[in-house]
Amino acid sequence: MKIKHVLATKSPIIHTITPQAPLSQAVAILSEHNIGTLVVMEDDRIVGIISERDIIRAAAQDPAIFERQVQHVMTANVITGRPSDDLKAVLQTMTNRRFRHLPILDGDILLGIVSIGDVVKAQLGEYEGKLDTLETQIIEEG
Amino acid sequence: MTTVGTEAQPLRVAIIGSGPSAFYAADHLLKQSDLVVEVDMFDRLPTPFGLVRGGVAPDHQKIKTVTKAFNLVAKNPRFRFFGYVEYGKDLSHADLVEHYHQILYATGAQSDRHMGIPGEDLTNSFPATAFVAWYNGHPDYRHLQFDLSQERVAVVGVGNVAIDVARILCLSHEELARTDIADHALEALSKSNIKEVYLLGRRGPAQAAFTTPEVKELGELEEADVVAIPSEVALDDVSRADLEAGGDKAAQKKVELLQGYAQRAPEGKKRRLIFRFLVSPTEVLGDSDGRVAGLRLAKNELYASESGSIASRATGETEDLPVGLVFRSVGYRGSPLVDVPFNERWGTFLNQKGRIIDPTSQQPKIGEYTAGWIKRGPSGVIGTNKPDAVETVQCMLEDLATGQVLNPSHAERESIEKLVQERQPNYVTFADWQHLDEIEVANGAATGRPRVKFTRIEDMLAALGKNVTA
Repeated sequence: MKIKHVLATKSPIIHTITPQAPLSQAVAILSEHNIGTLVVMEDDRIVGIISERDIIRAAAQDPAIFERQVQHVMTANVITGRPSDDLKAVLQTMTNRRFRHLPILDGDILLGIVSIGDVVKAQLGEYEGKLDTLETQIIEEG
Repeated sequence: MTTVGTEAQPLRVAIIGSGPSAFYAADHLLKQSDLVVEVDMFDRLPTPFGLVRGGVAPDHQKIKTVTKAFNLVAKNPRFRFFGYVEYGKDLSHADLVEHYHQILYATGAQSDRHMGIPGEDLTNSFPATAFVAWYNGHPDYRHLQFDLSQERVAVVGVGNVAIDVARILCLSHEELARTDIADHALEALSKSNIKEVYLLGRRGPAQAAFTTPEVKELGELEEADVVAIPSEVALDDVSRADLEAGGDKAAQKKVELLQGYAQRAPEGKKRRLIFRFLVSPTEVLGDSDGRVAGLRLAKNELYASESGSIASRATGETEDLPVGLVFRSVGYRGSPLVDVPFNERWGTFLNQKGRIIDPTSQQPKIGEYTAGWIKRGPSGVIGTNKPDAVETVQCMLEDLATGQVLNPSHAERESIEKLVQERQPNYVTFADWQHLDEIEVANGAATGRPRVKFTRIEDMLAALGKNVTA
């Protein structure tokens, strides 16, 4: 299974923010849409990613963070994926390197974001499906 | 207003398509204990089961036993099958909206993806999916002709479809004659002149999508030696590290099997099935008559991408492989339906977890859903469509609970039957299909085959005593 099979059933809406936006705006968008991360875009280019975790980390150091700009809190070195990536490999990377959101790009075009939850769910679906198919065949033999 | 989902007003659901995801969805809907649901399933063909009938290889009968579970679903008195009724032709989107609370599109993926290289449309270059539909007796593909007088064939891709195509090309007449392969294909393949079948993989053996049992099966063919090139099946550092980190036993076993083939001395059988890895076709080469003469291959090396997936890149080295027939098997692709938003990039319906999304508002379209390959793209095995269909049905149930369903003006089961009768008097019921099934199985029993398939719609209708000229 590939990342593209996960993206195909996700909402076409990708939530993004500019690096200069105040953090309060990022928090408002995350809360409104009940999501965990925003891709930070400048001139159609991905320059960072800001997650709940980035905000918590910053808030622990500086309670007045909501006046600051997104770019001072975001993760700038973003790991990205491609639609043809193997699901299993991506799951392993996200688990080992402990990040939960992966922006998916085609060249420079942002196609969407997959979360570790999306990837685990798809992988689980694949395992369940295999099991079900095998069981059907075994029952038939027995 | 009557509550939808009760004896007084059952939840009326139309399912377009009758493959695995359609049946898994119907099953999950009909299993709801606190809900009265009626499911009407439509298929443009008189026969149900989608790719289980038209895609699964004829020598893999065991995989087709999943239809027994589907037959149980069809036994439910609240389930009806309307075969030979085509969405967009016999029934429109508006007709369905008038008769159902919810519509589920499960039309699968029947067409193929293109390689996007020059020469792809030369004579003797075919999508593998067309070949599969042909040998499986799909009525739309039975007229195709493949030039099996060629000696060398390339199958581009190393997924399960590619392996099926390569294997079918290598099976002996005796092996094929024990299957339910379409008669026209059995006859054409018995005259095949094919001596070498190449399977071409872009990445290495560890990344190939085919499964271990399928690779193992190839080593047991009566009339074909299986060959692999030692340097191409040796594990590179990137793949080794990936296999070790992932602890993927199945992939390790697959690589070991292929390495075993690379060490095997050919037994001089009639045909050779040759695995080639780390190659990407960059052009289909033609002769002066516009027929396939070969494939230009770019050699690849592997690298681990940022996200951890193993990808290939060209080394700059190329090779010309002389072949007279090419089957591209780089994946199935879904086709659009009229009035259903389509996602061109993925070849799927525009959806979120199975809810069809309106492209303008980017919000779900009330009462419209999708499941299976046309929802997520072609991936996984037949059973993968079960969790996929369940996810969609859960959305359908959530929406019913919040009253987000269509408001049909004719929500009685007799009303749609009358309309279908008007539009397509020759429609096929599930009982009709079971009769066709009995005939096919009986015809097969006479010659030691699982069945002999009907491959013409006229023949199916005639066998059912329907008025074919209508």
